[in-house]
Amino acid sequence: MKCRRCGHKASINMRQHKLALCKDHYLEWILSQTERIIGKYKMFTHQDQIVVAVSGGKDSLALWDVLSRLDYNVEGLYIGLGINGGISYSTKSRSYCEEFANLQKSKLNIVEINKELDNTIPELSKQSSRGRGKPCSVCGLTKRHIMNRFAIDKGYDVLVTGHNLDDEVATLFNNTLNWSTGYLQRQSPVLESTHPGLIRKAKPFCRFYERETAAYALLRGIQYIYDECPYAVGAKSIYNKALLNRLEVDRPGAKLSFYLAFLKAKEEGFFTQKGESNINLLNTCPSCGGPTTVIGECAFCRMVTKVNQGNK
Amino acid sequence: MTAKLVLRDQEFEVRHGMTLRHALAQINVSPESVLATRDGELITDDELLQDDDSIKLISVISGGC
Repeated sequence: MKCRRCGHKASINMRQHKLALCKDHYLEWILSQTERIIGKYKMFTHQDQIVVAVSGGKDSLALWDVLSRLDYNVEGLYIGLGINGGISYSTKSRSYCEEFANLQKSKLNIVEINKELDNTIPELSKQSSRGRGKPCSVCGLTKRHIMNRFAIDKGYDVLVTGHNLDDEVATLFNNTLNWSTGYLQRQSPVLESTHPGLIRKAKPFCRFYERETAAYALLRGIQYIYDECPYAVGAKSIYNKALLNRLEVDRPGAKLSFYLAFLKAKEEGFFTQKGESNINLLNTCPSCGGPTTVIGECAFCRMVTKVNQGNK
Repeated sequence: MTAKLVLRDQEFEVRHGMTLRHALAQINVSPESVLATRDGELITDDELLQDDDSIKLISVISGGC
């Protein structure tokens, strides 16, 4: 198969775009497409201070690489979860982020959960009633809180994450199966700040297939952690991704069409609920000052309060 | 006369002469879920597998969170 641009041997074939490219043209294509997506969804500008949440995985490190090459002002944030799982998962993840930051000569901020909360994620999970024994719910809640808090406190303009199209479509698929209109309404390439304690968030890779971001990382020589989180075994998101990939094999472009049609439907008001004017109203948590949909403490502070009470 | 496909710690043997795409179908691996390399270079799925080929398959699916 030949590169569409130069006729040399192609490194990757993207059936969804009917496009095959060699290494050099593919790397260029990822950069230009990312810039296009940032502009299309008005994610951020070159004047903004950006923090990218990095996990040591391919998507977040590839995103950091791309944004740096596009001359955005971007620094990294790694959150140490304290997950071992017999493979020193968090220790490895952190070292990949540190190695990448050193090579790039970029700043990596590190927040270790066990220093912030005197507990690792698995320890917090055991003491919390959240998540029925699996740490995933506690992990997600904690990461989102820490990322938001860090970005606001340090004065960044936007927090970006490496969510790719497969992530977005798996979430969309699950929310559609359950017809979770609240979640569907809030799924977007950009989440605006609707509260002084809420950072603006963007997903510049939201239209790239996971295979595309992985190919970028490989071709760029980015070293990343291949191991999955040990708690990810049996995760619904992975199951949904496999289902959607079966569809994609038979109908190239189906995942992208699904996502784009969803965004168009959202724009046209398809997911507007009765009483929708209240959906973006957020209260302020009296403990951390962050946003919350309830009166009183936010979900994160309630969890921490409960854990601390249990320890007395 | 066979080619080898390696995915994590699993090895699969297939007849040489078929395309990578066909080989992936044979071992029940979705082409959407992996990237394939030969001698460290990415290859596309129309590539014909040669005798004694050793193709490394890299899983691209992440998730759980």
